Amino acid sequence: MTVAGINGSMAHLSDSLFTTAIAIYSVGMVGFVAEYSFGKRGRIAATVPAAEPARELVGAGGPPVDVPAALPPASTSASASSDRGSVADRIGRWSFVLTVLGVLVHTASIAVRALAVDAVPWSNMYEFASVAGLVGVIAFVALLWKAPQIRHLGGFILLPVILIMFLAGTVLYSKAQPLVPALQSYWLAIHVTLVSIAEGALMTSAVLTVLFLLRQRYDRLSGRPGAKLGGLTALGARLPPAATLDKVAYRVVAFSFPLYTVAIICGAIWAEAAWGRYWGWDPKETWAFIVWVVYACYLHARATAGWKGRAAAWVNLLGFGAITFNFLIVNIVVAGLHSYAGLN
Amino acid sequence: MNAVLQPARMVWRRLTSMRTALILLFLLAVAAVPGSLLPQRPLNPDKTNSYIASHGGWGRFLDSIGMFDVFGSVWFAAIYLLLFVSLVGCLVPRIRLHARAMVRKPLPAPRNLDRLPESGSFETADAPSAYATAARRALGRRWRVVQRDEPSGVLTLSAEKGYSRETGNLIFHVALLASLVLIAVGRLYSYQGSRIVVEGAGNGFCNTVSQYDSWRPGRLAAQGKITPAPFCIDALTKFTANYTASGEASKFEADVVYRRTVDSAPEHARITVNHPLRLEGDRVYLISHGFAPRVTVRMPDGSVRHDTVAFVPQDATTLLSEGAFKEQGAPGKKQDVGVSGFFAPTPRDAGGGVITSASPQVSNPVLGIFVYVGDLNYNGLPQSVYSLDTSKMKKIGAANLSIGQTTKLPNGVSVTFDGWVPWASMQVSHDPSQGYLLVAAVAMVVGLLGSLGVRRRRLWLRITPSSDGPDASPTVVAVGGLARSDSGNFTTEFTSLLTRLRDAARPEHELIGAGRE
Ligand code: HEM
Repeated sequence: MTVAGINGSMAHLSDSLFTTAIAIYSVGMVGFVAEYSFGKRGRIAATVPAAEPARELVGAGGPPVDVPAALPPASTSASASSDRGSVADRIGRWSFVLTVLGVLVHTASIAVRALAVDAVPWSNMYEFASVAGLVGVIAFVALLWKAPQIRHLGGFILLPVILIMFLAGTVLYSKAQPLVPALQSYWLAIHVTLVSIAEGALMTSAVLTVLFLLRQRYDRLSGRPGAKLGGLTALGARLPPAATLDKVAYRVVAFSFPLYTVAIICGAIWAEAAWGRYWGWDPKETWAFIVWVVYACYLHARATAGWKGRAAAWVNLLGFGAITFNFLIVNIVVAGLHSYAGLN
Repeated sequence: MNAVLQPARMVWRRLTSMRTALILLFLLAVAAVPGSLLPQRPLNPDKTNSYIASHGGWGRFLDSIGMFDVFGSVWFAAIYLLLFVSLVGCLVPRIRLHARAMVRKPLPAPRNLDRLPESGSFETADAPSAYATAARRALGRRWRVVQRDEPSGVLTLSAEKGYSRETGNLIFHVALLASLVLIAVGRLYSYQGSRIVVEGAGNGFCNTVSQYDSWRPGRLAAQGKITPAPFCIDALTKFTANYTASGEASKFEADVVYRRTVDSAPEHARITVNHPLRLEGDRVYLISHGFAPRVTVRMPDGSVRHDTVAFVPQDATTLLSEGAFKEQGAPGKKQDVGVSGFFAPTPRDAGGGVITSASPQVSNPVLGIFVYVGDLNYNGLPQSVYSLDTSKMKKIGAANLSIGQTTKLPNGVSVTFDGWVPWASMQVSHDPSQGYLLVAAVAMVVGLLGSLGVRRRRLWLRITPSSDGPDASPTVVAVGGLARSDSGNFTTEFTSLLTRLRDAARPEHELIGAGRE
C-alpha cells in the first residue's frame, strides 16, 4: 500500500540500505573481534598496566589530581609499529574501512528516507534508533582519530549498535509516513537531532565504562596471588588501562551533557509552542529530567571523594539505563503526549 | 551559645557538602520515577481516579502519600528545597573564594618541582632574567604569569590558566538556582484557561475568568480578574482539518478574528498547532477540535428550536463524538426535550444497527439520537453540558439521521439533523517568568561549556643561575605542572609545553630528563 505524500520506491530503497548497513557492520564487528582476540595490540596493552595500579582510587581526599595515562605515548607508537602489517593488524584496518563504509551506507539509508517522507527522518522509534546508532558509530570513529590504540575495541561498540538496529528494523519498524501536525515544526529537526547525537555518544560512554569496570576488576584480581579469573574478567587483559578508559568515558559525557541540556531546552521551547506549556511532567519529559539529573550525579561523583572510579562508573551506567528505559519502556508501555513511537 | 552553634554549624556543613548534594540529586531523580509510572492527577484526573478505585486500599495509601501528584507533593518539594539550600550554601563560599583567586597572584613555586605530578628540566645558556622573559613570551597570553625573585638568586615563574572553568561552573550553578526560582514564580502566577469555540459569528470569548470552560490558575494568579491582556477572540471564522487517505491528520488551521483589547480594532490571525497566537503576556493555542451538529427540534407545544452544540470526541482516531441538546419547555410543565446522541463523521455499520465511525474525515455523517421528554432537572446537581440527566425524563424514541432527515416522535416532537460546523478548543496560557527562564537556561549552557570545556592548569618554573665561575655551567630550568581538573591528557600536554619552553631558550640546552612523579 502506498501512503499519500510518500515516495514508495525511495522508502523501499532506504530499507534495503538499512539492512545492508547492518550486514556491513556485522562483518566489521567480526573483524574487530578477531583483531582483539589475536592481535598483538591487545597483548601489549595487557603487559603494560601491571606496573600501573589504578591510582585515582588511592588519592581520595585531596584536590582533583590528574592521573597520568598509564600508557605513555612512546610505547603506544612502538607497539603499533611492531604490530604493523601483521594479519591481525590488517584485519583491524579492513574492519575500520568496513565500519566507515557502513557509516556511509547507513547515512544514505537515513538520507533517502528523508527524501521519501520529505521531512527529517526521525519522527518515530525506528528512525530515531537508526540515527542514534549511526551517531554511536560516528562517535567511535571520531574517537579513533584521537586514540587509534583503541581500534581493536570496535566490536564492543558495533555489537550494541547492531542490536539496536536489529531491534529497530524488526520490532520497532514503522512505514515511512508523513508527519502529523504536532510534529510539523523545525524544532523536530533541532530537538531530536540533538537528543540522538547526545544519546548516541552516551551509549559509547556506557560501553567504555563497562570496559573500564572489566579492566578494573581484572587489575584488582590479577594482582591478588592465586586469584582465578573468570571468562569475562580475563577479557580485561586486552583492554587499555583503566585510567584511560575512565577518562575517555568522562570526556564523552563532558561532550554530551551540554548537548543533552540544549536538547532538553529545545524540547521545552517546542513544547511551549505546541502544547501551551514548556514543561508538563509528561512521562517522556520526566525521564529526560531523570537522565539529565543522573548524568549530573555522574559529573559530581567524579569530583567527590569516595565516589570516584567504580561508584561513578556505575552512575554512568545508571544514566544509560535511564536513557534505554526512556526509549523503550516509556515509548511502548507508558502513554503520553510524545506518542510518536508509531507502533500502533 | 557554643552548644547551639556547634551542632548547627555541623548540620550546615553536612548539608552544603558535595556528598549531600550528590545524594539529594539522586533522590530527586528517584523521586521523579513514580511521577512517570503512576497516573498523575494534574495530567489525567479520570485515569487517576479509576486507578485508585481499582486498587482499593493500596490505591488509597498511594494517594495519601501524594503518589498521584508527585510533582506537587510535599516530599518532592522538600528535596527540591534542600537542594536549593545546599546549592546556595555551597555557592556563596565558592564565589567568594573564586573572586579572591581571580585577583590573587598565582601561588609561589614549591621548592621541589620534581615532586609534582609532571616535571622536567633543561639547561640554557641564557641568563635567568633573559630566559624568564623568553619563557613568558613562549607561554603566551592565556597563562597568567607572576615572576618572583628568591633571595638565593633563583628566579621563579608561577603560571596559571583556566580560570574560566570555575567561572563557568559558578555561572552554571547560579543560573540553575535562578531557574529554580523562576519556575516556582511562574507556577504561582501562571494561569491556563480553555474554551470551545464553535465556527461562526457570535461564539467568541474574552479573556475573563467567567468566560472559560475550564480555568486553572496558579496559587497567586489573579483569581477573579485577569491582569495582563484583556483580549477577545471574537470568532472562529474558519477551521480546516486535512487528513491523508489513511486517516492521519496532516493539517489543522484555525482562522480567528480577535481584538488585542476590548477597544482595539479587530484583526485576523491563523492559529496552527505549532504556531499559537502570541499576545502581550498571553498565548492562544489550538488544542483540539471536533464537530457541532445542528438540529431543529419541534417541541411538544409546537414551537421550533434551532440549536448547535459541540460534541465531545470519544475516540481520538475516528472522532466518534457524543453530546446532548437540551431544549427547555415552559417551566414546570415537564415538557423539556432532551436529545442525547453521537456524531459519526464517516459512519460505518458495526452490525445490528450500531453505527461507529471509520475516520475523522467527514463523509455523509450520521447523527444517532435518543430523544426524551420530561424535566431536564436543571434544579438538581450541576450537570455536564455534554450529557443528559434523564432521571426525570421519558424516552420517546431513537433514530440514526443523515443530513436533512427528520424523525417524527410522539407528543408532536420531531428532530431534524440540519448539518454540522466544526469547533476548535482554544487554550489561553499565561506565564510571566518563562522568558526570563529561557535566559537562565541559556546561561546554564554557557556556564556548562566553560565548566566542562576549559582545563585548569598550573605551571611553575625555577630558573637557577649558574653557580661556579663566570661562564662555567649554564642556567638550569626546572618545570613542574599540576592539572587542577581531570579532563584531557595532561601528560601529553605537559610534554608539549616542556618542549615549547625548551625551544624558547637559546641553544646549548640539553634535556636532563622528563619524567613523571
Ligand atoms: C540541581 C543540582 C545540581 C546540578 C544539576 C549540578 C550540576 C553540575 C554540573 C553539570 C557540574 C559540572 C561537573 C564538572 O565540572 O565536571 C557541576 C559541578 C560542581 N558542582 Fe554541581 N550541580 C548541582 C548542585 C550542586 C550543589 C548543591 C553543590 C554543592 C554542594 C554543587 C557543587 C559542585 C561543585 C563543587 C562542582 C565542581 C566539580 C568539578 O570541578 O569537577 N553542585 N555541578
